[in-house]
Amino acid sequence: MSGLRILVPVKRVIDYAVKPRVNKAQTGVETNVKHSMNPFDELSIEEAVRMRERKLPVEDILAFSAGPAKSQDILRTAMAMGADRGIHVVEEKTDLEPLSVAKLLQKVVEEEKRNLVILGKQSIDDDANQTGQMLAGLLNWPQATQASKVEIDGESVTVTREVDGGVETLKAKLPMIITTDLRLNEPRYASLPNIMKAKKKPLEKKTLGDYGLDGEKRLKTVKVEEPKARQGGGKVEDVDGMIAKLKELGAL
Amino acid sequence: MVAPLRTSLLRQAGATCLRQQRTTLRPLSRSTLQRLASTLTVLEQRDGKLNMSSLASISAAQKVGGSVHGIVAGSNIKTVAEQASKVEGLEKVIFIENGDYDRGLAENWAPMLIENIKKGGYTHVIAGHSAFGKNLMPRVAALMDVQQISDITEVQSEDTFVRPIYAGNAILTVQSNDNPKIVTVRGTAFPSGAAEGGSASVEEGTDPKAACPTEWISEDLAKSDRPELASAEKVVSGGRGLKSKEEFDRIMPPLADALGAAIGASRAAVDSGFADNSLQVGQTGKNVAPQLYLCAGISGAIQHLAGMKDSKVIAAINKDADAPIFQVADVGLVGDLFEKVPELTEKLGKA
Repeated sequence: MSGLRILVPVKRVIDYAVKPRVNKAQTGVETNVKHSMNPFDELSIEEAVRMRERKLPVEDILAFSAGPAKSQDILRTAMAMGADRGIHVVEEKTDLEPLSVAKLLQKVVEEEKRNLVILGKQSIDDDANQTGQMLAGLLNWPQATQASKVEIDGESVTVTREVDGGVETLKAKLPMIITTDLRLNEPRYASLPNIMKAKKKPLEKKTLGDYGLDGEKRLKTVKVEEPKARQGGGKVEDVDGMIAKLKELGAL
Repeated sequence: MVAPLRTSLLRQAGATCLRQQRTTLRPLSRSTLQRLASTLTVLEQRDGKLNMSSLASISAAQKVGGSVHGIVAGSNIKTVAEQASKVEGLEKVIFIENGDYDRGLAENWAPMLIENIKKGGYTHVIAGHSAFGKNLMPRVAALMDVQQISDITEVQSEDTFVRPIYAGNAILTVQSNDNPKIVTVRGTAFPSGAAEGGSASVEEGTDPKAACPTEWISEDLAKSDRPELASAEKVVSGGRGLKSKEEFDRIMPPLADALGAAIGASRAAVDSGFADNSLQVGQTGKNVAPQLYLCAGISGAIQHLAGMKDSKVIAAINKDADAPIFQVADVGLVGDLFEKVPELTEKLGKA
């Protein structure tokens, strides 16, 4: 069989533990806060690295990110976790929409001759849950989204996916697209020696223009607002108090 | 190398056409557009039964204005189509009788849907932001060169939609010039519409019978007599504070039964193996907005709040008086859940 040439796209997002604040101009959220790799993308890297550790014929693991110069940090993290090299499309001005990212990834897949792309199921900033499916559509490849288990045997890939009410299992042949769900694995921490080694791994810088794309936005942000604040209604003393209050609120 | 190049050229040509179309649309007033709007809603079915929670797409489509059609596909689909034709708000139900669509695989659904979208000349395509909709619609959107709008909670006009971002910590209003506009809707944000009173026509759709490279092998669905989590009127939910699966199973189901509620769980409870993943409420699990959300042993991390803070009434039991859940709870009780929940269950049972 041919080897696995894996592409793992990663995104730099506001750290999951930070509560985002809407900016005064109502154009977005304050970004001068801690950023990290999108949690679902950590799962993608981890899964790719585990494939190699399971002695699957992994030829190489390519990490990819499009975004500001600082996205480099998360590509280094991906390499410290076990990716072999990285490509960084430096884009400072625009937050690329999923469709643009999918088109970009399509070019990367073709240029780099990938046969397996593992993406996170969604990024925790725009919560779109689209890029993997869009890429699968553009490439006309099979897709298995929200994967909680992946088994590869030769060309054949069996994926268990999280669906409403339980799980389902699908089977397809390489090349294919997989998106990760939280239950897939427990991502490792990068050790200091691996972080040091990652600094020496190749990281290629590119631009959207190199791929013949302009990152034009389709959607216009009209405004970004704080959600309606919920007022905590205070506390009750005991269970009877709780039942009485719930009745008063019409919930019982 | 030649084939991919050609397809990308074709795609570019397609994009240019769309852009030109957009400019011709622009001078039209909003009311004209609304009159011209026509929406295809993608309805879900399972084993010959219409999935009622997918009817939220119809309510959303009605807010867009114009005509609303529905599409269903699968084996023995006529019964489902008949069911759907009675749903209020639908003008026409398109059905595709073909067992290949039973498992909702995006690989053959997407080309089929696109054929029917093109044939009907729809300006909007709306599906639920369910596992099925999430899997399918972005593939359709990419193939039609459209930037999809996911998980909307409000339709402001035929081109402007509202959706939560950052786990519900910010609310984004976006405008789209794409044609068609492809949208998935948050089921709990729209009423599911009346299943009776409509009289839509029923018509057979186009079936390109695209080959599907993916084979469906099996499924394992959690069996439950309780109401479905995403659409339940009441939800009781347990977190890490339950300490073990045994305690979760001992404490939560009786409370759920006393209230006629569905059972949910926090990610911590799911990760620790106390509860099945399908019960997870939050950014990465289900979104719920019941009349009553009663939770025990849940601290209220932002990812969890993302999935439940639109509940009408939130009640929380937690022994930590400073837990963030109390900042959103309408009724909070500080105490040991192992005492308070059984007491609550017992008193509710008597009431």
